Amino acid sequence: MPVHPTPSQTVGPFFSLGLSWMGAHELVDPSLPGAIVLFGRVLDGAAAPVPDAVIEIFHANPEGRFPRATQDGWTGFGRALTDGDGAYRFVTSKPGALSENEAPHIDISVFARGLLQRLVTRCYFPDEAEANRGDSVLRSIDDEPVRASLLAHREGDGLRFDIRLQGDGETGFFAW
Amino acid sequence: MTEGAPPVGELDPPYDSAEYRASALRFPRRSLLTLPAGPTELHGPFFGHHRISPGDADLTAQHAGEAQGERIIVTGRLLDADGRPIADQLVEIWQTNAAGRYAHSNDQHPAPLDSNFTGAGRCLTGSDGTYRFLTIKPGAYPWRNHPNAWRPAHIHFSVFGRCFTERLVTQMYFPGDPLLDYDPVYQSVSAAARQRMVSSFDLDTTTPEWALGYYFDIVIGGHLATPTAG
Repeated sequence: MPVHPTPSQTVGPFFSLGLSWMGAHELVDPSLPGAIVLFGRVLDGAAAPVPDAVIEIFHANPEGRFPRATQDGWTGFGRALTDGDGAYRFVTSKPGALSENEAPHIDISVFARGLLQRLVTRCYFPDEAEANRGDSVLRSIDDEPVRASLLAHREGDGLRFDIRLQGDGETGFFAW
Repeated sequence: MTEGAPPVGELDPPYDSAEYRASALRFPRRSLLTLPAGPTELHGPFFGHHRISPGDADLTAQHAGEAQGERIIVTGRLLDADGRPIADQLVEIWQTNAAGRYAHSNDQHPAPLDSNFTGAGRCLTGSDGTYRFLTIKPGAYPWRNHPNAWRPAHIHFSVFGRCFTERLVTQMYFPGDPLLDYDPVYQSVSAAARQRMVSSFDLDTTTPEWALGYYFDIVIGGHLATPTAG
């Protein structure tokens, strides 16, 4: 029997009480060969840092699969709370490609005070130029700056993916 | 309202809410892009029982002494849009204490803290999609959104469905709360949908001489759906 979906509400400013217990910003051991660091800042429409956001990621394993239960505790899920500079950081494994027209990517949810529902974006990899060219989602985006906003940048030993909620360089956000 | 699901565009609140001031610099100005749900969106994390202990669902017993306030039992089911239970998924909650104060350093509202109450809990749903928390009825509290602004008492709920598209964070309110009429967060949702966030008093789970019962089903599905024309 169809039932009515429950609406979304903001996480508010005090979500760390309920959401920080998991400590899930390291999806893999940082010493694991092939571990990648994904980091960045969340910025608002005045280019000010958003210090009260929750970033959640979900992605395939390096084989491009989504195992439901694994001995090593892999869930494909990570959660990080931004700090006073709006910064977040994950350590994970690079996801594998899913199909010929899906380049490796990480799905990202942004929750924050001021967001009555989450924002969803995708992070793609700078070293996957050919796969990115064939990616059906990237190909569907006509606006080059928007497409570029979905690409992480190599910086130091990690990959930077800044999330601009509004205004100049606004990140591309998705619905389905 | 007619029978059946409402138009999807009415389900969730807007990103841009003039009445909820904190949204002003945080809502995207560009239209959302369409993401055809692929393998990443159609899978989701499963957390497993090893992360959770039964005591995590009893917010009144996380410290040496008794939490202050009115004991309540909050139960309900996690369902998909077809009314099917979602089993073994994570439900996380957080809330104020009985006086309307969060145990959080940024909450400087001059109401008393309760050293026996943190206000955070979690559990996994059972095979029939049910969850159950024993907690303290949260209090209303002032905030600075507009003059004389008060949030109605609420419990934050974070739930995971079967896949990435079903992730939902919401708030559970209490029946008959006069502050609901004045709250821009609650009022941000369409009139047809907002009462789904209000729990009902439940005599069946009310425990004699111990705690009042409140019932709250959470239904996931349809979120972030692009509103369809017509």
